[in-house]
Amino acid sequence: MSGGLPIPKPAAAAPNVKDPRACFSKETIARFDAQVKQYPTTRSALIPILHYAQEEKGWISRETIEMVAVYLKLAPIQVWEVATFYPMFHLQPVGRHVAWVCRNISCDLRGCNEIIDAFHKKCGVAPGQTTADGKLTLRLAECLGGCAQAPVMDIDGTYYENLTPEQVGSILDRLK
Amino acid sequence: MGELYLFNRIQKPGYRGTLAEYAAEGGYAALRKALAMTPEEVVAIVKDSGLRGRGGAGFPTGFKWTFMPKPNDPRARYLAVNADESEPGTCKDRILMERDPHFVLEGILISAYAIRAKAAYIYIRGEYRASKIAMDSAIAEARAAGIINEKIMAPGLGAEVPLLAYTHVGAGAYICGEETALMESLEGKRGQPRPKPPFPANFGLWGMPTTVNNIETLANVPPIITKGVAWYQTMGTKPSPGNFLCGVSGDVNKPGVYELPLGIPIKSIINDVAGGVWKGRALKGIIPGGSSSGFLPKSIVDGGIAMDHDSLKNQGSFIGTASVVVFDETRCIVRAVKILCQFYHHETCGQCTQCREGCAWLDQIICRIENGDGREDDITTLLALCDGMRGKTICALSDAAAIPVQLALQHFRAEFEEHIRSKRCPLGNPKMEFHTDGRHSHDHLHNTQTVHTDVLTLHGIENPEAGRYRETMRHPS
Repeated sequence: MSGGLPIPKPAAAAPNVKDPRACFSKETIARFDAQVKQYPTTRSALIPILHYAQEEKGWISRETIEMVAVYLKLAPIQVWEVATFYPMFHLQPVGRHVAWVCRNISCDLRGCNEIIDAFHKKCGVAPGQTTADGKLTLRLAECLGGCAQAPVMDIDGTYYENLTPEQVGSILDRLK
Repeated sequence: MGELYLFNRIQKPGYRGTLAEYAAEGGYAALRKALAMTPEEVVAIVKDSGLRGRGGAGFPTGFKWTFMPKPNDPRARYLAVNADESEPGTCKDRILMERDPHFVLEGILISAYAIRAKAAYIYIRGEYRASKIAMDSAIAEARAAGIINEKIMAPGLGAEVPLLAYTHVGAGAYICGEETALMESLEGKRGQPRPKPPFPANFGLWGMPTTVNNIETLANVPPIITKGVAWYQTMGTKPSPGNFLCGVSGDVNKPGVYELPLGIPIKSIINDVAGGVWKGRALKGIIPGGSSSGFLPKSIVDGGIAMDHDSLKNQGSFIGTASVVVFDETRCIVRAVKILCQFYHHETCGQCTQCREGCAWLDQIICRIENGDGREDDITTLLALCDGMRGKTICALSDAAAIPVQLALQHFRAEFEEHIRSKRCPLGNPKMEFHTDGRHSHDHLHNTQTVHTDVLTLHGIENPEAGRYRETMRHPS
């Protein structure tokens, strides 16, 4: 046969299945273990465990997906489909800190766009970008549930409410 | 403003919500009283009280509990507590969890007993880290004090029952506030709603009978048990008894979360409770109950519409989470609709075609109107789209996305027409290009939500955003 479909290349060798207990710190594994005990099925612990993994590694890499799958005895796709569904999981490396600025209706009325501009002025990042020094990633959040204290942002799990553009600079300066 | 029973402790200066403080205020007396009754008696009291769910649908809580199987059914049952508060404009459950976690926990434990649950799982949205910490520490305190355990003596049954509560965190998906999506998510899956039937009371968490209730709903339970049905019905209206937590945000002088009786006129909420529209401006319109409840104009607010289930339903809206967003006269409704359409486009789970495609179309058409590129027939297209999205999908997100557009077009149609005719915002609001560009290309991780711009072209609708919103499937690095 001439022409036709290109011959597929041989699949890359499967990554070595390592021991998940060697991939995460003891503390993180202890959190995994405690979480699994809450539920009748181990799979239920997946989302909290991805949070713990992300707290340790900074983001959810392919290796993390595979290790969590081994730990929970799931197929990697079962972990991957969950990691891609939920916006709080970072599937690419992010800065040391992640700032989520709420863009939804109440924050828009109370000036979240000035907050986003203040980030741009202070460290040159637009939403979705990471600073050149790898310190901070700016992301836009859907309603963070701080509507009565708008505008709101969340940096590494801490809420900053009733924000003014002037405060952004000093908050960022305090981050290491 | 009447008697408070949800915020009465929180409002006291210095109250931190520890077990000792809560117990000193009479805490856990309601649980003891409930355990002295049979679960069925507790259900009957809550049913008689007329308490309606505060999470959005307003379904009678006690009635929902009666859907659970008979006591002789051997299956394990679960209580799933919905603390995935993420409806734009809503910020109430968070205050209860952060500042009075034992109060919430007592309501959860009574309800778990009432439905004979093996355990209660509190599904807290991932962003609410403070709420999770507060609830976890309350659970730990209650366990140490012997309030929570695998075996707690219930004199009403003359037997020991399990009273267990666990927290579980989500990870930023709005759809997980839908009860069946919440259960999928709790099982460690993508938050895609399940078709009903089977209903959760028969096939819920892990296939077992399950009831899903909102945090604020369950916080109403201890006062009802302690003070009784007659007391509860002195507040609110007959079909909608009790107080509710009202978040007021947007263009008011005193935004905040207030405990108010159901049936209070919305005009009074804005002017008397929240200090009136800010900067001396006039009111333009409101969102009455979280983004999904759509927009109502000043004329309806001035007409004295009340915050209760039936009044809002008569206006094509609904009470939702009873969270009012106020717009002053300078605000552009098209821009507000655009923000909400972007939100629903981001949050649709992608399961049903009407919702997945409909949310994308609404977003793109509203965006081009707002950008000054609207076409003559866009309003007709929007209305046809909304019609195609209502009542045709597995869950209500599709309806929730269509209602704001429908109500905005019903009450503010002239503003849309003016945007299309003059190719700009008549109110002179700035375009939002800088902030929306980055969003959909960098900040949008759902690979199910690829926007099919070519489909729009197929249907003969020009799409000025083409290319800008196009995304590709993301793969592992």
